[in-house]
Amino acid sequence: MAFDARAGLRPEADAVSVFTAMRVVFVRDLRAAFRQRQDLLNPLLFFVMVVTLFPLGVSPEVSFLQLAGSGILWVAALLSVLLSLDHLFRHDFDDGTLEQLVLQPQPLFLLVLAKTAAHWVLTGLPLILLAPLLGVMVHLEGNSIAVLCLTLLIGTPVLSLIGAIGAALTLGLKSAGVLLSLLIIPLYIPVLIFGTGTVAAAAEGAPVGGYIALMGAFLVLAITLAPFAAAAALRISLSNS
Amino acid sequence: MWQFFHKLGSPKWFFGIANRLMPWLMWGGVVLLFAGLIWGLAFAPKDYLQGNSYRIIFIHVPSAFLAQSVYIMMAVAAVVTLVWRMKLADVFVKAAAPVGAVLTFLALFTGAVWGKPTWGTWWIWDARLTSMLILLFLYFGVIALGAAISDEKSSARAVAVLVLVGVVNIPIIKYSVEWWNTLHQPATFKLTEKPAMPMEMWVPLLLSVLGLYLIFGWFACLRMQTEILVRERRTRWVKALVQAEES
Repeated sequence: MAFDARAGLRPEADAVSVFTAMRVVFVRDLRAAFRQRQDLLNPLLFFVMVVTLFPLGVSPEVSFLQLAGSGILWVAALLSVLLSLDHLFRHDFDDGTLEQLVLQPQPLFLLVLAKTAAHWVLTGLPLILLAPLLGVMVHLEGNSIAVLCLTLLIGTPVLSLIGAIGAALTLGLKSAGVLLSLLIIPLYIPVLIFGTGTVAAAAEGAPVGGYIALMGAFLVLAITLAPFAAAAALRISLSNS
Repeated sequence: MWQFFHKLGSPKWFFGIANRLMPWLMWGGVVLLFAGLIWGLAFAPKDYLQGNSYRIIFIHVPSAFLAQSVYIMMAVAAVVTLVWRMKLADVFVKAAAPVGAVLTFLALFTGAVWGKPTWGTWWIWDARLTSMLILLFLYFGVIALGAAISDEKSSARAVAVLVLVGVVNIPIIKYSVEWWNTLHQPATFKLTEKPAMPMEMWVPLLLSVLGLYLIFGWFACLRMQTEILVRERRTRWVKALVQAEES
């Protein structure tokens, strides 16, 4: 009887391809989220409510809102992504699924990428769909709203990816919520600056191609590097518990 | 070379070396820094445009310089922590982070003091200032995460990951004044190029930068020693050391 050491050690290694594993993780996260619909809705409601605070709290003047509108929407989107990050690994961490994920023969960073993609579909994408409505409410012009949605489309995946690192680092800690914001907000600032800068340039009629390209560069950088850092952080947090 | 590297991993060995280094670092730093500051503040020529207010650069430039290079040192230590699991590297990160935060704050504060008479405002949301502010937040994050995780090993590695992620900010600070046309002028102090300022200003500046480096080294050694004593409090050599101190 031929003995294949590799097959003996990793019985299922070749049975499931990496892409299948990623798809399974992605679909599983979506399905699990849709069974808890209220949790899906909460960050969106938060987004809408934060945006309402500004006209009421600062000034309902059209001139102010037109100027600040894109920034308000971006900050609100950033905060609501930040709030939803806790869910990214928490449930899987609590019920032990995460440990199983770490033990899979497929590279962990790709599974993390799949989880982050699911997180973006559940939080970032709905925000972008809501943004035009809120954009009209803060008196942004049609062109600005289109550019705003484009920047959110490129920017929110970056937020989810960077956030995954923070969520993985603070996993299992007691005061995770505040700490997570403390770690992640400094890293969000560049995305915010370029996101709102793009819309401001568009409002002035300046070309936005350069800004969009820079944001695209952020996205590429985040997709290539953030999953590695998040996977490393996950292993550290799991070895801690 | 490798023997040296392995010895560096031993807290006890480092404790002894630090004891011998610290007087040199302290006195060298104090002498250089005072020489630089007194020369710069009292004897260097007045700037023809800004008058005496420019003199704050003798504090501002060294602290801003150090604030960034401390972070880079921490990043190098973070790599060492992750790759070789060396305890001392993490001790350095934990010891240096608060010092780096203070230096960053000092750079921002002196910049604000200088900005008031020169730019007419305490603060401006310019690229260099904003990225230094982000650096300050990053230092705070590193300190907070280190304090939040009680397990020594996981704390070391988690902080190392965070420090490395934050490194993206360093080139942004460095090149912000060149990439974006902002209010903050380009680097005042470069070792590789001929200085744009007269020698009587440049030499004291160099002295204060070097002095602050030495002072930082002294601080780092002192704080690392404290951290080592706390971490190794159950070992025999620390007990012997404390007993020798008491008797």
